Amino acid sequence: MQIQKTRKIEALTSNYAVAYAVKAADVDVIAVYPITPQTTIVEKLSEFVANGELNAELIHVESEHSALSAVVGASAAGARVFTATSSQGLELAHEVLHIASGMRLPIVMAVPTRAVSAPISIHNDYGDVMNARDVGWVIYIAASAQEVYDTVIQAYRLAERALLPVIVAYDGFLMSHTVEPVELNDEEEVRKFLPRTPRPYTLNPRRPVTMGPLTSPDWYYEFKYQQVLALQEAYKIAKDVDAEYSRAFGRGYGVVESYRMEDADYAIVTYGGAAYGNAKAAADLARERGIAAGVVRIRLYRPFPTADVLKAISGVKALAVLDRAIMFGGPAEGPLYRDLAAAMYMSGVDKPAVNVIHGIGQRTMYVEDLYKIYTMLREGPRKEVVFMGVRI
Amino acid sequence: MKVYYKTLRDLPREELFAPGHRMCAGCGAAIAMRWITKVVGPNAVIANATGCVEVTTTPYPETAWMHPYIHVAFENSAAVASGVEAAIKTLRRKGLWDAGDTKVVVIAGDGGTYDIGLQSLSGMLERRHGVLYILYDNEAYMNTGIQRSGSTPKYAWTTTTPVGAAVRGKIQWKKDIMGIVMAHRVPYAATASISHILDMANKIKTALEYTTEGPTFLHIFAPCVPGWRYPENKTVEVARLAVETGYFPLYEWDHGKLRLNPPSNSHIDKTKRKPLKEFLKLQGRFAHLTEEEIAELEKELDAYWQYLAKLQTL
Repeated sequence: MQIQKTRKIEALTSNYAVAYAVKAADVDVIAVYPITPQTTIVEKLSEFVANGELNAELIHVESEHSALSAVVGASAAGARVFTATSSQGLELAHEVLHIASGMRLPIVMAVPTRAVSAPISIHNDYGDVMNARDVGWVIYIAASAQEVYDTVIQAYRLAERALLPVIVAYDGFLMSHTVEPVELNDEEEVRKFLPRTPRPYTLNPRRPVTMGPLTSPDWYYEFKYQQVLALQEAYKIAKDVDAEYSRAFGRGYGVVESYRMEDADYAIVTYGGAAYGNAKAAADLARERGIAAGVVRIRLYRPFPTADVLKAISGVKALAVLDRAIMFGGPAEGPLYRDLAAAMYMSGVDKPAVNVIHGIGQRTMYVEDLYKIYTMLREGPRKEVVFMGVRI
Repeated sequence: MKVYYKTLRDLPREELFAPGHRMCAGCGAAIAMRWITKVVGPNAVIANATGCVEVTTTPYPETAWMHPYIHVAFENSAAVASGVEAAIKTLRRKGLWDAGDTKVVVIAGDGGTYDIGLQSLSGMLERRHGVLYILYDNEAYMNTGIQRSGSTPKYAWTTTTPVGAAVRGKIQWKKDIMGIVMAHRVPYAATASISHILDMANKIKTALEYTTEGPTFLHIFAPCVPGWRYPENKTVEVARLAVETGYFPLYEWDHGKLRLNPPSNSHIDKTKRKPLKEFLKLQGRFAHLTEEEIAELEKELDAYWQYLAKLQTL
């Protein structure tokens, strides 16, 4: 495939970038339900349909549980589908998350992330998507509007190849409502990149199948183990798809992104737009002040890119995992920290690693705060989780 | 309703509900499934809510369904069907659907309809998806072992409304699901009983054809041997007595007009109905009822019939 020639740049929020990508993907069925900060995605898609720019059925469901249920039904019938939600909506749909992956349906869902009640907060952290991290979905966490656009298109190719549902997550408000320049692909080229390939099993009276059967202890485990293998396989597929996308459209990201890591002694490992952007600024500041600092960003969060992240941190003396979610009561409260600690232990990697929690409910993460993480790492190992930015 | 089948000889011969399923001997819902699948014909997708029918017909790697069939969860069969219908509509428009005019049918029990599935049912009806929603009503959560639902009648014994010294069965009245559905101004909604096959088959076909206009709804009365505590050879008799005593009137709501169907169309006159006791006395779930309690149920039934009589004049 040739790199496309026609280039069009628009000023878009990450939410609108999602909508443009969904339009380019020629999606058939979209379940629409409002929730802050997701709402402007489905508003934009509704405009596209109303203007005849997108040939899709909108289902104006009465809840997020029904939103995901409706796209499960539509995907099972062979349609290319989309829905989006945040926070409480993702929690309400949680039951169906497991079913969508268990039924191996290539659903794509955008999740501009938001803190979870109570107390209610419409602002950003990753408490919502982290509750959905172990349900058999592929999860990307993007860090710019451009990457959001590109990732939604990649997500369809991955979903339909791996037969797995995919979440494309990014910062609510900090990205969902922030305008950035986004280069849009030629829609015909996107459709060539996402060919309509028939799936082995769909709901069709010419080829009847029973989906969602009852299993006994003789069968259930095998279904679940196939999902384990499918997620493992998706790691390679995600890399392939990113490389193919890069060849077709000239932009690629890999599954893990590194910043100034070539000679870094200390690293912050994190995810999402605000944390990555500010960590990069903090690394620049640290380097000005004489610390060899770098940043590693997890772009593909599920399946966890163990090999790539361990390679990225292989040269550092110590690292901090900056988590923007609290998972209560565990050995450490940060979900990425737990993943990375397990990945390091399983691979025999023994380095000082501290868990820093910040940006909860969109508490401002100052560059100076993140700079302090580097000085902290230089001071020596710490055992306890650092809750940064909280009033104690 | 339109009369597609005048006699039993006119009914479809092709069986689309395979034997070998695990439904109880004498299961009322099994009778309903056989006739639903026959009348609907092969060009349909079935969306089934969690429940007795789902667990007994899909023991992997076997299935009783010759239709394309999907079960997702308990409370969302109407939402799943909405998605299937929307998918077929778009795929047909884009030339990507090769099966022609495929219908979408929901099958759900009373728990999945009156209670946990009510919201998604309401959403589907309001959005006017071309889906036939069929409720098979056995008046309790039978799959989990006979727990009361919004459909369980007053005073009925269930495992969560036991008959004790302080409380005697269910305290509340049965929910009027047809009233709720009719309030959504659907093109067609009807009640049917597995004891009246011709009436039921014609209603299934009528409701299916009306899905070109929007959502349609069937409320099928389906007695349950273990849940209602009667001998397994009495299922049809119990269902017939439910109709003949006026406990379960056969009627249809066709584009805003209510019509009582035979034999219920003569039952506004109370003397034409058999005594309610004849329906109650066959069932262990009502064995504890006193004469006073039966009189109370009869009084409520009379009020319900007066309500139906008024609706019929609208």
